[in-house]
Amino acid sequence: MATPIDLHEVTEREREAQFRTPLRVKVCNSTSCASAGSGAVLQAVRELAEGEFGNTVAVSQTGCMGLCSGGPLMRVEQRGGGQHDYHIVTPISAERIVRNHADHGTPTAEHLLDTSMPFFARQQRIVLANGGVIDPDRVESYVAHGGYAALAKALTSMTPDEVLDQVRLSRIRGRGGAGYPTANKWALLAAAPGPVKYVVANGDEGDPGAFMDRTIMEDDPHRLLEGIALAAYATGAHRAYIYVRAEYPRAVERLDRAIKVARRNRLLGRRILETDFDLDIEIRIGAGAFVCGEETALLASIEGRRGTPKLRPPYPTERGLFGAPTMINNVETLANIASIVANGGDWFASIGTEGSTGTKVFALAGDIVNTGLIEVPMGTTLRDIVEEIGGGIADGHTFKAAQTGGPSGGCIPARYLDTAVDYDSLRALGSIMGSGGLIVMDDRKRMPDVAKYFMEFSRDESCGKCVPCRTGTVQMHHLLDKIASGNGGRRDLRDLEHLCAVVRDTSLCGLGQTAPNPVLSTLQYFRAEYDALIGATEVSDA
Amino acid sequence: MPERPTTVAIAIDGVDVEAYQGETVLQCARRHQVDIPSLCFLEGVSTMGGCRLCVVEVAEDPRLRPACATTVAADMEVTTESPRLRSYRRSIIELLFAEGNHVCAVCVSNGSCELQDIAVRCGMDHVRYELRSPRRHVDASHPKYVFDPNRCILCTRCVRVCAEVEGAHVWDVAHRGHGAELVTELHQPWGEATSCTWCGKCVAACPTGALSHQGSAVGEMRHAPNMITWLVAARQRGEWTEPEARR
Repeated sequence: MATPIDLHEVTEREREAQFRTPLRVKVCNSTSCASAGSGAVLQAVRELAEGEFGNTVAVSQTGCMGLCSGGPLMRVEQRGGGQHDYHIVTPISAERIVRNHADHGTPTAEHLLDTSMPFFARQQRIVLANGGVIDPDRVESYVAHGGYAALAKALTSMTPDEVLDQVRLSRIRGRGGAGYPTANKWALLAAAPGPVKYVVANGDEGDPGAFMDRTIMEDDPHRLLEGIALAAYATGAHRAYIYVRAEYPRAVERLDRAIKVARRNRLLGRRILETDFDLDIEIRIGAGAFVCGEETALLASIEGRRGTPKLRPPYPTERGLFGAPTMINNVETLANIASIVANGGDWFASIGTEGSTGTKVFALAGDIVNTGLIEVPMGTTLRDIVEEIGGGIADGHTFKAAQTGGPSGGCIPARYLDTAVDYDSLRALGSIMGSGGLIVMDDRKRMPDVAKYFMEFSRDESCGKCVPCRTGTVQMHHLLDKIASGNGGRRDLRDLEHLCAVVRDTSLCGLGQTAPNPVLSTLQYFRAEYDALIGATEVSDA
Repeated sequence: MPERPTTVAIAIDGVDVEAYQGETVLQCARRHQVDIPSLCFLEGVSTMGGCRLCVVEVAEDPRLRPACATTVAADMEVTTESPRLRSYRRSIIELLFAEGNHVCAVCVSNGSCELQDIAVRCGMDHVRYELRSPRRHVDASHPKYVFDPNRCILCTRCVRVCAEVEGAHVWDVAHRGHGAELVTELHQPWGEATSCTWCGKCVAACPTGALSHQGSAVGEMRHAPNMITWLVAARQRGEWTEPEARR
């Protein structure tokens, strides 16, 4: 039988336990650190603690600390202050580090991470606040760091409209890519009639190089559950789904565990926290199609049908899942909600820029020194992200372009490095914010190859329903291949540009409409590269 | 007689016309003898909106809208023909010709093919894009009909007619993107499909030579998509009068 959790008591108990242990060791066990061998580090430190130190050293796993290129990462906290982060640790060096702390109370210079470096100092973590702090598998750990306080506050002292008002005040925009004002979507669902409504969390993150939502779902699953619960409360929904792609088995596993624990503690289910609010959340696993991130295709997939987009209108908030009004929010959007409700919409709106409030999580990848997951206020310049936080270009090369928005986005050249990154500035540059993938490319990259890569992705991920996307991406990829290999002529480039317009303007869904973007933006900023490639073969232009 | 529906005024290509509330731009245009090209649309079954040939310009809307899925609204100004639309439509037709193996001279549907008709109308005299010339296997296992996927444009009329009008759902689409193909049952030969009722509605609805009667020679096949429209309307009204415009 589920017994309601006493948030206050759990917090007290956790604090006491913390106070009792002189040394706490946290090993990042997020996907990148795990693939770098953090599992072995965690096991070694656990064995050491259990065998030698008894109760004086507490060992736990924790979520992503951000600097994935430095994995496995380990954090050591000493009672009464003093926190040290270590990078590239091995089971052997981890033992040495823990021993030094336990026996002498001193950090080990080797492997020690300088947390005053811009990578850490320039970030502002809201969504990722619990990375390196909590154990994702323990709800108590989340609660002790303020978790579910926003839900308790909303359910006991706020009406649904008041929750919605805070979201409206925050002016948060959808983190999935398009940047639609979240409060507007919520208001549409709240106004929709009928007792049956659905909230859906879109965790079908599929852009190459993007892993923001994966990290949230894996490393702070309760934050997502709390966000969904607040969304459901504000809009009058009692059923919710989390749609996770099958390529994220760890996220599925941790969310599944989190949902069960939440049900046991009356944080989900009937009469949540002893109020009149009921909500249940179910996980639906995708089957490997990028297009299922498109909302109508996602709903079809949840219903058990072929994941292809449908014509809109009707919009999901009118007729969505199983014919009922449905609201689909991105995972990162929902992960912001608890903080918005806890601290107020005005607080959130004070972060970032006028048109794009709050922070944004980026997955920093490519030819850059510090790769990993970062969270910065909207409006941070691209230069700050690349040169300061990212530590600049690796191996003595120079910056050439930053790719944002994955296969729907574009490449931003060096002359726009001082652009403040937000939804509108990126759109003005011919790219999009997208879900937050940011791939940095150095001077060795050839832009037609980059365009070809993304076109191949769009071609293979097209669902095949509409003709321009299904067949146009095939032809565009063929033309790009021809041009990039030096066999293209002026006519091929002309045909390519024309096809970009056809596919962009006539495709059924967002995938097709944005598929030409990588070509269009590289043509806009790096046309000389295309011209040089076709210049050599004037003959085929006959 | 059914009650006269409420009407609104819209403009199609600069001409003011009367539109029924709730009908689509495509339906309204066709009632007024403005023929917007379309391949996937079939009156009587659900709208798919996949061929994108019927896209039109709507005043004060930056995006093109599919006429088959855009409901009329009062004072809407629709443009069905413009240099841009003509060039896009021609490209879409060329893309279809490049995708499959569409050789009119040896096709059973030569002379009775909607793809061919629209290609002629668009002035498509050659294909700019690389012909993919895929190798696709003809399914002639059914005693009455033949499915030639080389001529299929994935309009899914057959899928919808079979599922929605006949209620058999023999046809569906498998795989995705450029690998998408029509299959019968769970990718079994059509002749072994026990759910098939041999009704022939899919063959009647097909806009190209992809579905045909066994034994048809070049140019002999005649499709009858209007029969589907008539059948659905007759069922709804309960009136089984002779169809006016049977092909």
